[in-house]
Amino acid sequence: MVLQELGIKFEQYDHPAVLTVEAQAKYVGDKGGGLSKNLFLKDKKSRFYIVSALADTKVDLKVLSQRLGLGKGGIRMAPEEALGQLLQVPLGCVTPFALINESASYVSLLLDKEFKTQPHCFFHPLSNETSISVQASDLDKFLKSIGREPSYVDLEANPPVGKDQPPDLAILVPSGTIDIPDAPENSTPSQAVSEKSFPVQKKCTPASVDSVKSAKPSSADPNAKDKPNNAAPQPNAFAESRLFVDEILKKTTELLLSELTEDVAKQEALANSVRKHLAPDLQNLTRTFCSLLQVMFKNTAYTQGFYAGSNCQPKRL
Amino acid sequence: MEKREDKQEEEQEQVVNPWEVTAKDGGKIDYDKLIDKFGCQRLEEPLVDRVQRLTGRPAHVFLRRGVFFAHRDFDEILNGYEKGKKFYLYTGRGPSSEALHLGHLVPFMFTKYLQDAFKVPLVIQLTDDEKCMWKNLSVEECQRLARENAKDIIACGFDITKTFIFSDFDYVGGSFYKNMVRIAKCVTYNKVVGIFGFSGEDHIGKVSFPPIQAAPSFPSSFPHLFSGKDDLRCLIPCAIDQDPYFRMTRDVAPRLGYHKPSLIESSFFPALQGETGKMSASDPNSAIYVTDSAKVIKNKINKYAFSGGQDSIEKHRELGANLEVDIPVKYLSFFLEDDAELEHIKTEYGAGRMLTGEVKKRLADVLTELVDRHRAARAAVTEEMVDAFMAVRPLPNMFD
Repeated sequence: MVLQELGIKFEQYDHPAVLTVEAQAKYVGDKGGGLSKNLFLKDKKSRFYIVSALADTKVDLKVLSQRLGLGKGGIRMAPEEALGQLLQVPLGCVTPFALINESASYVSLLLDKEFKTQPHCFFHPLSNETSISVQASDLDKFLKSIGREPSYVDLEANPPVGKDQPPDLAILVPSGTIDIPDAPENSTPSQAVSEKSFPVQKKCTPASVDSVKSAKPSSADPNAKDKPNNAAPQPNAFAESRLFVDEILKKTTELLLSELTEDVAKQEALANSVRKHLAPDLQNLTRTFCSLLQVMFKNTAYTQGFYAGSNCQPKRL
Repeated sequence: MEKREDKQEEEQEQVVNPWEVTAKDGGKIDYDKLIDKFGCQRLEEPLVDRVQRLTGRPAHVFLRRGVFFAHRDFDEILNGYEKGKKFYLYTGRGPSSEALHLGHLVPFMFTKYLQDAFKVPLVIQLTDDEKCMWKNLSVEECQRLARENAKDIIACGFDITKTFIFSDFDYVGGSFYKNMVRIAKCVTYNKVVGIFGFSGEDHIGKVSFPPIQAAPSFPSSFPHLFSGKDDLRCLIPCAIDQDPYFRMTRDVAPRLGYHKPSLIESSFFPALQGETGKMSASDPNSAIYVTDSAKVIKNKINKYAFSGGQDSIEKHRELGANLEVDIPVKYLSFFLEDDAELEHIKTEYGAGRMLTGEVKKRLADVLTELVDRHRAARAAVTEEMVDAFMAVRPLPNMFD
């Protein structure tokens, strides 16, 4: 198992499937250390979070919602389908280890700082029929190995959130929204590279849309006109990146606008404005990113060929 | 007596050479004076426009913003290119540390653009021997650092079918060494002392190093790449403190029957604490490193980036920011691609309508994106890939 490869010490306990912390306690409650309760949450903009806490820690969803900058009542338990589709675990098995799945790359993880006070803590691996106990530091090792920075939070704290006190957990809000029925459409280019580093998503969140709008007071964007000419030497890359960017913009603006206003005409006007302002930026970004990917693919293929060529045996006669 | 007086006068002037860059009286580097003193030319806008026309794509940010601001015979390269004559690129790095910061990436980012825009081959020299001689590092350590740095360089996106990376310890010998000797024969000891400021106390390794950095300017140093192409011109993108090496090289070239290499030179990347501050490997807060996380970047910018904003909001709204010394705006002028947005920020911030915090946030976003992209690309670089880039092999498609 992955944990062994990372050199993480853990104790494994198999038991009949459990769906609740109380049930889990019946089997491993006497082994010392802390039991964890794991909540899978979703906000109004279809962003997902795992909150992993000691069973005793009080987690107030209203407070958490405010601290994440989602307003009061902005966060609730995620629907069952999300569990299967994103975390690929059965009901009752939410666990930080589910983040090993690519489908969970945009799920944010909040860890109870109290985990560090325990000698070890219990989590499910990817099944309800097992509990494993690991040290918090080893959990960190696992998370870092999948490219995640562990974020420990004082879950019981209730700091004031207002004009002069920004929400203290806002930084943990994921940068990508996830459509549950459709597969994430960015799967093709981002597979070779960690999805977290995909820059285009960042620009699609509502907050940055506002800042981009305010930073560009002029409606005319001369760059947009020049780009078709300059891209002539690479017609395919341009056309594909344009389609790609249009898709993203279409989905984002639809989502945004459905939240902002009911008026369809107003929606259309806003949509056009956003598209006009964002499209050239995103196209440029996509093209730079895609051309970097292209070069990396090329380099990788060449390297493999070179290695094979320099190591091949002469033909046997 | 005279010598001492001269030296005193020199100390009051700014010092720019490959091993030391200090401004006069702890102020800013005077680039006009530097161009005058070195005798190179300003890279004016008509030349930038010409590049844009010849390559059929927008000029790189660094050209548009005057980061690469000086040159020697770059117009010769363009003249030849117009007539269908190709050239090759030559740049390098002294691998003295594992940690690369954004300033280190600048010449490589620009060179990649040049490679893509002009479709020309590139040789990258890793002067591990130089660092071994100048810093207190062992041969093995320098070789190791060279390989590690090679990975970051490769992560900038160079095309392996057009790029040859080599370390001096690995490659010096054969035709390269023959050119080194030819060059060395043309430069007197006095001359090299005059150019580089060596003294009787400096070891002979230092004194004999300059031909090593000069040799890659001549295509015959790379017979596996350019054999039969003695006429091929060389363009060297570098920071302006490297000019002395190539002044010497250009002086020697005609005597050996070679073309003088052309240069395109950049200004210095300022430290976070301001242009008067020094970016040093020992102070991690003087620069943004390619290994910094988003949080670290944000923190460094907020805490250490020297701000040209006023002390209080009222004063700021009244007087506006001092754009001359403001580091976030300077960094944005390097890395923010959108000309219109940069103009807007400069206008608003200079008038006091935009606050430092906003500028810093925008910078943090821009830099995080850059660093993230670099990290992802670097993660994809394997040891085999480094071996392939550094293998002495022909590059049949180097002009495609």
